[in-house]
Amino acid sequence: MAVDTLLEKALGGDIRSIARIISLIENDNPEKDALLKRVYPMTGKAIVLGITGSPGAGKSTLTDKVIEHFRRQGKKVGVIAVDPSSPFSGGAILADRIRMQRHTGDSGVYIRSMGTRGSLGGLSRGTRESVILLDACGYDVIIIETVGVGQSEVDIIKIADTVCLVLVPGMGDDIQIMKAGIMEIANVFAINKADKPGVDRVAAEVRLMLDLVKDRPWVPPVHLTVAENGTGIEELVASIASHSVFLKSNPDGVRREWRRLAFEVEEILLQHITRMTEKSWNAYKTDEVMELLLSRKSNPYAVAEDVLRKIIPGTRVV
Amino acid sequence: MDERKIRVVVAKPGLDGHDRGAKVVARALRDAGMEVIYTGLRQTAEQIVETVLQEDADAVGISILSGAHTFYFTKIIDMLREKDAGDVIVFGGGVIPDSDIPGLIEAGAGAVFGPGTPTTVCVEWLEGAVAKKRAKE
Repeated sequence: MAVDTLLEKALGGDIRSIARIISLIENDNPEKDALLKRVYPMTGKAIVLGITGSPGAGKSTLTDKVIEHFRRQGKKVGVIAVDPSSPFSGGAILADRIRMQRHTGDSGVYIRSMGTRGSLGGLSRGTRESVILLDACGYDVIIIETVGVGQSEVDIIKIADTVCLVLVPGMGDDIQIMKAGIMEIANVFAINKADKPGVDRVAAEVRLMLDLVKDRPWVPPVHLTVAENGTGIEELVASIASHSVFLKSNPDGVRREWRRLAFEVEEILLQHITRMTEKSWNAYKTDEVMELLLSRKSNPYAVAEDVLRKIIPGTRVV
Repeated sequence: MDERKIRVVVAKPGLDGHDRGAKVVARALRDAGMEVIYTGLRQTAEQIVETVLQEDADAVGISILSGAHTFYFTKIIDMLREKDAGDVIVFGGGVIPDSDIPGLIEAGAGAVFGPGTPTTVCVEWLEGAVAKKRAKE
């Protein structure tokens, strides 16, 4: 099907067309950039919420409950749920939607599972651009559930307006909470599985950490949740909403948008440069070149310089 | 970079609660480099079809041990056709009597794999079927 027809149908709300365009994005189809450029002016209306946290913290179950809340307010919800791709086969088991299946028959909810496909920051290659499409297609809230993350997969701040970090009891002492990285990117904390022992300690430690930043214009609220039975979700969603309001009324919000837009341009540039580099290198990479490298008659710097010069004449590596 | 992964929904329709087989197949497809979307247990035909559409899957694998295979296969295939997604490959397995298989194929199933089928057979068949489907696009 022609991309134009597909786009027209997607903007009209046809699920299969939306799904197909997301596949074009994920597969880095050459037509995707023109398409995204066209829909970009229609974007900027959606609230983009990131849900991140360690594997098994309850992100999917929490997402399920958050979807329910926004649906009660009559909002259309898009979800991008990322799970890891195998570094060996490239395959993946995408199973986040198991926890959200009850929304599958609801025409106001679109859920898409993605494999990371080599991306290391907790998202997948197609996440950012799929958000653009869903925004253009009229989804009011777009939830991105990251892969189960460790300490430093923080790419979600480059895409989401609001980041909700899901913590659970029993993950280590207060030193873990002091560390840089994931703990710093949260706008809202959900301490999930709050019916388990140890929850008070985690909450106290997070609050202590936040006490040091209490003069900032936005101090992340800390909520205790039991996603399984919905405890604390209402308060959590209220905090997410207040953060949205905060971003619109505070210079911090503008700064965040500024950073996000700069990142977007960088991403597009990098994609194109990567594509050119791969093309050029693949054309250059003969057995002969590899033999010269192997026998050390040539070196990787000299080869890289030659390849780079095919793209940008006159460039130097060293 | 431009690479199309095979996306497969592995689904468990109806009331049987045994998904060992579905998980073994899902794992084998993963190891063959496919992206496998697993729905979890006790899905309705409507949920499965909707999942296939939302996930832009090339194929859907149905695992049934309850005896309701003819009902679910037929319903899922019909609903996919209604939704203009008749090109999606439908295959499956589970406890399905040999005598019922021709009827399922007749209804539009691509293949039905019984207990004891090596996963490699299933993987190779699916790779071939997806290649044929994509050649027609």
